[in-house]
Amino acid sequence: MEVRWHIFWIIVGASAVTLIPRVVPLAVLSRIHIPDWAMRWLNYVPIAVMAALVGNELVKVDGEPFSISSHIELIAAVPTFLTAILTRSLLGTVAVGIVAMLLLRLWI
Amino acid sequence: MLRVNTSGVEVEERQDRFLQGVKDCVPTLLGYLSIGFAAGVIGHTSGLSIAEVLLMSLLIYAGSAQFIVSGMIAAQGPAAAIIVTVFVVNLRHLLLSAAISPYFRHLAPIKTLFIGSLLTDETFGVAMGEAMNQKKINEKWMYGLNITAYLNWILATVAGAYFGQWMTSPEKFGLDFALSAMFIGLLVIQIRSRGNISKDLVVAVSAVVVVTAFSLVLSGSMAVIAATVIAATIGVVIDRWK
Repeated sequence: MEVRWHIFWIIVGASAVTLIPRVVPLAVLSRIHIPDWAMRWLNYVPIAVMAALVGNELVKVDGEPFSISSHIELIAAVPTFLTAILTRSLLGTVAVGIVAMLLLRLWI
Repeated sequence: MLRVNTSGVEVEERQDRFLQGVKDCVPTLLGYLSIGFAAGVIGHTSGLSIAEVLLMSLLIYAGSAQFIVSGMIAAQGPAAAIIVTVFVVNLRHLLLSAAISPYFRHLAPIKTLFIGSLLTDETFGVAMGEAMNQKKINEKWMYGLNITAYLNWILATVAGAYFGQWMTSPEKFGLDFALSAMFIGLLVIQIRSRGNISKDLVVAVSAVVVVTAFSLVLSGSMAVIAATVIAATIGVVIDRWK
């Protein structure tokens, strides 16, 4: 239950470089006027970043022929997407995703 | 009398807003719990003490970064390399922070620092849902959302580090998919609520295509940043054409 010094400094350094990109745009951009084109660009960031994160997690290109066991995330994503589209419930979506993955791991 | 009444109403209103933020965070809690739990387990199996996992959640408070720190410490990576990697992975917060900034114009700088320091992919997703059809986001609501998410994350990672002694493979229980499922949920719910489905779909599909192509030559986190910039730009270009 102790914190070693070299781990402490790694954590402090990592927290500093995490904090800066989080706070600087908020502190600076909320002070100045943002031009219309930039606002429209920022308007698309939420969709773009979430889709990029999803794509990065689900789509693996490894040059191997397609097999179910190496693309298990893509299959689990199908009921997950359907739940999100039909229910608009974040909690339900996460629950269905976890259960789908659990079942796939049991069967495959 | 009248003055007392008004301030009473205001206090109630402020508490309402904070509590509403707490409530709006609830749908993300299961996702946070499972990812945080997994992060705690990984921290433990990487040789970190519970106190070190706790410190990491208190100060870093970013799932992907904490997975990376644990992994690199286990592999005995040099401190500078760990910190640079964390910086690159979390650069996408620049975009989130910039995108949310117009909704906090009305606040003093110190308050925007506090809000920004607890910004995550998930709270950003919930906040942008709340911001729909509004010019600003209520600060008390945002505190309720942020603080609930933060405490839940700390609890989950410490529990993971504690139970990690007996649980070595969280992926057996499907927990590793919680993060992907949460991103899917946030993406779909946002697209459905924005009422701009065709343009948003073009942007989303572009982001997936670009991130897949770039992941062949870049690290995952750099590919995500590049895909976000390119896909958002495609969205603006489509706006121009119409």
